[in-house]
Amino acid sequence: MSAATPGATPGTTEDPTMSASAAALGEERRGIGYALRKLAEGELGSLRVLIVLAIVWVIFAALNDRFLTAVNLTNLTLQIAAVGTISVGVVLVLLLGEIDLSVGAVSGLAAGVTAVLNVKHGWNPYLAIVAGLLVGTAIGVFQGSIATRLGIPSFVVTLAGLLAWTGALLKVLGETGTVNLSDPAITNLAGTFLAEPLGWLVGIAAAAAIVGTALMNRRRRQAAGLEVEPIGALALRTGAASLAILAAVAVVNADRGVPVGVLILIGLVVVFNALITRTTYGRHVLAVGGNAEAARRAGIRVTFVRTSVFALCSTLAAFGGILAASRLLAVNQSSGASDLLLLAIAGPVIAGVSLFGGRGSVWAALLGALVIGSISNGMDLLGLSSPDKFMVTGGVLLAAVSLDALSRQRRRAHGRL
Amino acid sequence: MSAETQAGALEAPAAGGPLLRLRGVSKSFGPVQALTDVDFDVSPGEVVALVGDNGAGKSTLIKAISGVAPADDGEFVWDGRSVRVAAPPDSAALGIAVVYQDLALCDNLDVVANLFLGREERRGPGLAPLDEIAMEQEAKNLLASLAVRTLRSVRAEVGALSGGQRQSIAIARSLLGDPRMVILDEPTAALGVAQTAQVLDLVVRLRERGLGVILVSHNLGDVFQVADRVVVLRLGRNAGEFPAETKHRQDVLAAITGAHDDLGRLGGPDAKEVGS
Repeated sequence: MSAATPGATPGTTEDPTMSASAAALGEERRGIGYALRKLAEGELGSLRVLIVLAIVWVIFAALNDRFLTAVNLTNLTLQIAAVGTISVGVVLVLLLGEIDLSVGAVSGLAAGVTAVLNVKHGWNPYLAIVAGLLVGTAIGVFQGSIATRLGIPSFVVTLAGLLAWTGALLKVLGETGTVNLSDPAITNLAGTFLAEPLGWLVGIAAAAAIVGTALMNRRRRQAAGLEVEPIGALALRTGAASLAILAAVAVVNADRGVPVGVLILIGLVVVFNALITRTTYGRHVLAVGGNAEAARRAGIRVTFVRTSVFALCSTLAAFGGILAASRLLAVNQSSGASDLLLLAIAGPVIAGVSLFGGRGSVWAALLGALVIGSISNGMDLLGLSSPDKFMVTGGVLLAAVSLDALSRQRRRAHGRL
Repeated sequence: MSAETQAGALEAPAAGGPLLRLRGVSKSFGPVQALTDVDFDVSPGEVVALVGDNGAGKSTLIKAISGVAPADDGEFVWDGRSVRVAAPPDSAALGIAVVYQDLALCDNLDVVANLFLGREERRGPGLAPLDEIAMEQEAKNLLASLAVRTLRSVRAEVGALSGGQRQSIAIARSLLGDPRMVILDEPTAALGVAQTAQVLDLVVRLRERGLGVILVSHNLGDVFQVADRVVVLRLGRNAGEFPAETKHRQDVLAAITGAHDDLGRLGGPDAKEVGS
């Protein structure tokens, strides 16, 4: 804080606009006006997608009174678990400024491998799942190595992958074309719900963890003599998050309970968000996505970072495919095909992850999947046909990306790139 | 100061032993011979200006020293020991820090993250969390010690900062690894008068700390203001070496442009004679 006031005086010699706005920021930084402007400039990306989500929900609730029921909202969470898991990996790749078009095909192939090993070869279900995940990892290492070492755009490499792994799935499935899953260890992934008290326990623990870590972090910064977030803002932020969690638990408990598949998705989001924001590895991912040459000169192993992120992305895609198979109780020739890939990429982009790398949060995977899932679910309730659904989803994606571009232009106009 | 520095600088390599001693460094990019048989010394507490026209090989030489583009041939002696620098981490391990002309900052990261890029502090091994508090404190102390006061917050995104602030961040970053030598590539090229003076002050402070400093510059005004010695490259070869005194300005200019062709061809020792 102390730097702001003396900074304004010498600052005038070099950059009058900067120091003027700095002075204004000093007074306004906690104000509502400041928050609104930040929102327009796209700094509060998560909040913006929450507003979009609220709008979508209000529209569908108005059009169909079954939309906001416990049963339907629980179904919604079940529907997004698989695509959200794939999106977690997509976010990582997008943070690098790359793209992976093969996630859908990889998810189908991994699910196919798991199903065939378990059903046709009698493998232990957990081993079969691990094998499916490893197929994903191997594909990611392969594609990542080719893209980074040969310098081919990941767009092309993974486009080739999309075709190749789709073919591989057909081969793995063989003549019948469909493998039905019955092993409870696999089908329970998507089909299990926590008992009501356990669901509450998980929800309360999560809320306590959010408030606790925020308070602990604040105390540590205070002890170190660093600037801290005002306690009111912290209370508002963590309180809102805790309330949202408890409300969600209340809703799903009114139906069948907290779905395990969704818990897995949220757990993955939390883990990978921590990886990106709190570890050296994540910092390096963001650096490579922001300025690969600067990262290289800073001694960061850019090739390793890129390849490993592709490996993580494909592994998560594989897991998403297994979750999808668990929900469908089968793997067939169209597993991982159709619009899965597009939705898995559109979700994070709608939720504010930049296509140019370096900017975005892993939470966008969950929030984006919620927006897209809500639109899809709502249109199903309204009985819209498949062509209409595609066109509406496309429109929403275009609107979201346009909003992102507009906010970037605003940032640039304000001298912020 | 000037008389002592002049004599000291010229004799330092023989007396105390230089920090960095390059002999016969060559580098080619395909058919283009960018460096031919270049010799170059830097002593502790000495500011050596590296000057030359566009394409003279200044950037290639510092890339060879930093390991970004290692030399094809030649001897690299660091602190009396012959070493091999094949990649940036090698030079960093020796204690060589480079501030590139394009600053090499990540616009999407904040000041703290940029300062500590590639040498993040964490609270344990491997995937242990980053020690943001320690890094933020160190960043604040460092910037305060360098009198960088215009920053609103060390948590501001670097992409949002002004050119002068970005240059300050880049130079401050080079000091975090406790280097023994700092290479500044055109540090004042994009700066106004006031900020140039700040940066040159900073260069003097680096010398006072006993660091070897290589100052790559087009601006002879800057060079004569802070450097101890001027090394001229021309067409990838040594083209002369002078004490940094304004009376040698014409000689330096001549060496840069190749106006006295004999000077260019005779190289180091004779050029020194001209200088003294």
